[in-house]
Amino acid sequence: MKLRIHVTLKPGVLDPQGKAIEHALAGLGFAGVNGARVGKLIELDVADGTADADIDSMCRQLLANTVIENYRVEKA
Amino acid sequence: MKTAVIVFPGSNCDRDMAVALEQVTGRAPVMVWHRDTALPAGIGMVAVPGGFSYGDYLRAGAMAARSPIMAAVADAAGKGLPVLGVCNGFQVLTEAGLLPGALMRNNGLDFVCRDVALTVENAQSAFTARYAAGERVSFPVAHHDGNFVADDATLDRIEGEGRVAFRYAEPVNGSARAIAGVLNDAGNVLGMMPHPERRIEAAHGGADGRRLFEGLMETIGA
Repeated sequence: MKLRIHVTLKPGVLDPQGKAIEHALAGLGFAGVNGARVGKLIELDVADGTADADIDSMCRQLLANTVIENYRVEKA
Repeated sequence: MKTAVIVFPGSNCDRDMAVALEQVTGRAPVMVWHRDTALPAGIGMVAVPGGFSYGDYLRAGAMAARSPIMAAVADAAGKGLPVLGVCNGFQVLTEAGLLPGALMRNNGLDFVCRDVALTVENAQSAFTARYAAGERVSFPVAHHDGNFVADDATLDRIEGEGRVAFRYAEPVNGSARAIAGVLNDAGNVLGMMPHPERRIEAAHGGADGRRLFEGLMETIGA
């Protein structure tokens, strides 16, 4: 089973990389970019039937740092 | 006093830490490999050194925090063993949940490598006993991810409990409330981005860091 884990910064956590990207886009002449936030996409291949609770534990224990990040699991 | 230094693949301040500990204790620390599952018996403190453990894969400190030895470090910390995490060691301790908050990319996006002025905020801890509250000291920093982040409630709590050990006295990396070093609730775990182990003798440009180790050894009865 293929999973796509989207790890994103929590709202309110400042993202200096996102800010730099936003400014760079403006510098390239793209008007109207109101924000940019950088996250991660982690693709996992897990055994069919892996319990949602286990997938959630993987996210909480390692893939995301829940102090600063949210995660969302997408089953392909 | 017997001490230990944890070594991860990618640690690079482990030898600096070992030299500092040997100078202050008169005894070379035990170097403990990350795959070990137990700390040496009879140690008085353990240091988690700086570097780029696991190449900062996933997040700085994330992989190291889940390595076998860290379960033993967490267990010992829970029983009161002093644990000092410097730079990457600080990142590892936050990732391991032994300290609050997280360390994110510096707000200027640049790798900051220079001496910085710090203020000693709490001179009562085991690690800061040889400093005066409010004293200004100078330690080197060398990091890309030193921007301390926590939610406001957490920041208020650690400030209220006197758990900010060191604060930057100048802009460095965007850390919330200029926090450079933070203690756990019991006061036996300290994480800090600046490097006291690189400031222990005149040849380093000063010895402000030496007092951290001397104070700790004095407090724990070395």
